[in-house]
Amino acid sequence: MSWSASLRVLCLCLTMLPAASAAFAQQMNTPAIAPPFTLAGINGSPVTLAAHSGKVILLDFWATWCVPCRTEVPRFVSMQAKYGKQGFQMIGISMDDSPDPVRKFRARYKMNYPVAMGTPAVARDYGGVLGLPLAFLIARDGRIVKQYDSSDNLDQVEHDVRQLLEARPHP
Amino acid sequence: MGKLSRVIVSLFVFILLVTALASAQVPKENLITADELLKTLQTSFSKPLILSVGPRVLYMQAHITGAELIGPMSEPASFEVLKARVKKLPKSQEIIIYCGCCPWSHCPNVAPAYKQLRSMGFTKVKVLYLATNLGVDWVYKGYPTVRGQ
Repeated sequence: MSWSASLRVLCLCLTMLPAASAAFAQQMNTPAIAPPFTLAGINGSPVTLAAHSGKVILLDFWATWCVPCRTEVPRFVSMQAKYGKQGFQMIGISMDDSPDPVRKFRARYKMNYPVAMGTPAVARDYGGVLGLPLAFLIARDGRIVKQYDSSDNLDQVEHDVRQLLEARPHP
Repeated sequence: MGKLSRVIVSLFVFILLVTALASAQVPKENLITADELLKTLQTSFSKPLILSVGPRVLYMQAHITGAELIGPMSEPASFEVLKARVKKLPKSQEIIIYCGCCPWSHCPNVAPAYKQLRSMGFTKVKVLYLATNLGVDWVYKGYPTVRGQ
């Protein structure tokens, strides 16, 4: 097979990834409006969605043992530093079974955004977190505008965040 | 452009190899697909012991009907739970382990659980192959699931 033919096959494979991701999203029953929550924060203070009302929020369900999740965290830290003043807020919800590894991880990776321990209830409210990583992009008016899984590209996530930050308020 | 295409294809091949290596921790003949397990559950008289070696929060949202929670093998305590659960079982007991926490190539749980059971002498251990995660490869297919416990 020639290199150009190989490249065509590769491109075909890559174009199938978003389709698989979209199929996953359709099956999840994701709510239209981000459900409110109050969760135990790993620094001792509760973490609520309401505290960040009016901001563009990226809500990330993750875990310390999840390799793809771990690779995303430095990018999220960077995004929080870069866009925080424009009204962007990262929130991490850990699906670890205990907070100890999460505390260590947060310190090691210098996570500059709130991290809470997840519960089955909050996972259910968001349509079920039956695989990680899983993140939801929430607009300033509380609508869930997009969700991302392990097949999604972080450049696309950042692009979507920038677009929402620059967008006019939804009527 | 020719050089770029070579780089892209090489990168893709590298990713496939890494995936294959990660999956190779469990011999291919010891994998069972979701469809095969479904057939087993629907037709076999004697059901296998199904153990979830993924995180508790995942199990509590949804798990395969009849599966018991062991816990993630990334936590040392789960090894003790696993050893205690199978201690009195005959070595010929059919055991199926699964996780589904994240994509197969990244799962930190199934390979250690498989190795532990094999080292204890169990001869009929199979690992459920969930390519993407439990949601995509089992729950959303409508396969037998207990939710919300």
